[in-house]
Amino acid sequence: MAGEVTPAALAARVRVERRGADASSFLLDVSIEVSPGITIVFGPSGAGKSTLLDCIAGLLRPNEGSITCSAEVLFDSQRAVSLPPQKRQIAYVFQSLALFPHMSVEDNVVYGLAALQKDQQLARSTAILEAFRVDKLRKRKPGEISGGERQRVALARSLVTQPRVLLLDEPLTGLDAELKASIVDDLRAWNAAQKIPILYVTHTRDEVDALGERVIALERGRIVSEGTPHEVLDTPRRKKLAQAAGFENLLAATVVDLRESEGVMRVRLADSTCEIEVPLGYAAPGDRVRVAIRAGDILLATERPSHLSARNILEGQIESLELRGTMIVARVKCGARFIVHVTLGATRALELAAGKPVWIVLKTHSCHLVND
Amino acid sequence: MESLILSIRLALCVSVILFVIGMPLAYWLAYSHWRGKFLVESVVALPLVLPPTVLGFYVLVAMGPRGPLGKLWQAVFGHGLAFTFIGLVFASVLYSLPFAVQPLVASLERVDRKLLEASAVLGASRVRTFWRVILPLSVPGVVTALVLSFAHTLGEFGVVLMVGGNLPGVTRTVSIDIYDHVQSLEYAQANRMALVLLVFSFVVLSVVYGVNRQIGRRVWSPWPAK
Repeated sequence: MAGEVTPAALAARVRVERRGADASSFLLDVSIEVSPGITIVFGPSGAGKSTLLDCIAGLLRPNEGSITCSAEVLFDSQRAVSLPPQKRQIAYVFQSLALFPHMSVEDNVVYGLAALQKDQQLARSTAILEAFRVDKLRKRKPGEISGGERQRVALARSLVTQPRVLLLDEPLTGLDAELKASIVDDLRAWNAAQKIPILYVTHTRDEVDALGERVIALERGRIVSEGTPHEVLDTPRRKKLAQAAGFENLLAATVVDLRESEGVMRVRLADSTCEIEVPLGYAAPGDRVRVAIRAGDILLATERPSHLSARNILEGQIESLELRGTMIVARVKCGARFIVHVTLGATRALELAAGKPVWIVLKTHSCHLVND
Repeated sequence: MESLILSIRLALCVSVILFVIGMPLAYWLAYSHWRGKFLVESVVALPLVLPPTVLGFYVLVAMGPRGPLGKLWQAVFGHGLAFTFIGLVFASVLYSLPFAVQPLVASLERVDRKLLEASAVLGASRVRTFWRVILPLSVPGVVTALVLSFAHTLGEFGVVLMVGGNLPGVTRTVSIDIYDHVQSLEYAQANRMALVLLVFSFVVLSVVYGVNRQIGRRVWSPWPAK
């Protein structure tokens, strides 16, 4: 607890099996190492993100594996070590926040400080409530404050105990972007001094972009990708992840030929004669692949474009236009069906309308190969 | 009035005892993952469906001079258990058990599990979690359990008759007294007692429903929603 301890790193290798099923059926089988700072755990719902956090916090006992924090073993199936959650010094903020509804903000925050003297409790709770800008609410009950304030109180309650690791399970769901950013800033400021590992679970791409230093992508209980947000999300290798990461276009295709010297290959989109050039992948001619393209990465033109560096220009027709927020979602049929995002201004300037012939332009490197 | 005071004394003893043994039992029923739990749940609920005479009969046999309980009691205290106040308390506790345990289980189950996990992660032991989180959030259930075991004991008749008999000041409770008055055609006395019991029961139930409403929780129903 006291003063200058070397920042903790968390290492966890856990396997959780489905209850009553055979040994090959598992919910989670991952190995992670987390250094100080924010690490995002990203993946579609049901990927095992919360299960992983429950194992680390000690709320769920993995069937196999080990969890260590700094040098201390929190769990080891072989040595039959399993510290209860009370002894782990790991903070956990649930999606529901789980603030005690019958206690004031102050009592909630002091709850984890039972071992301290009254004056120390007061000092610590005041400091953390100020750090998260909710010190004015200390006498209120959780039911009497706003959603964003509750999230701040939940963070304060967890962090006041000076944990070695902070686990956050989608704690900022349902807040608008601005409020989210300001809470994250406060969390960052707090952690600049504490330097503990923070595992932040989310399934929304926006939060990854806003927060991410490192990302671990989970899918069906396994790690499918690890690295910076850019590395993980912009080059998705799995279909589910691509969908979760906002790749609106996921097209089935067959490899036509490889041009290894140029680092590209040509693929034919399923059910059409359309061929496009995509980055070279591990594939042979005739292989079936899937191509992921962001709707925002596609250009639309009303005349055949020329003198462009983009290698893929496909002729087609607008099927429908749909206003979504301040953006137009266009469905374009050119062999395959593409979803394209265009601005209101562009829609007006190009006089886009259903039935209008258009050309779509795809950069080779906007096309990403994805495995099922 | 002797019988009324006896009834109230009995009901108080039974409510307190039921709370003390009912709470751990309810805690276990609410949180245990044991597969055979339903058997215990059935046993606890038995007095709801059994005629009081059946329950009273077995309790009487058990407490009698040849019953296991009676023999044990005789050996320890030197006198029998049947037809005594203690015997009556014992039978009443069994008879009112579901009325204490079921509202407690229902209110414990309504406490959000995430709150208990949050408490554990914040370092609180199970005992601390119980006192600081579970119990305060179960107040409506506790009030309901106390009041219902009190009221139910006050109103019981069959079990008392089987186990306690009709000894003035020892086992003659108000319900037995009313019965006696009616048997001897003393309708005025019977009416006076019956009225007291009626008004009392109404007041008690009003308190239960009022408290539950004020705390903003669902009103107790005898069979908790699962």
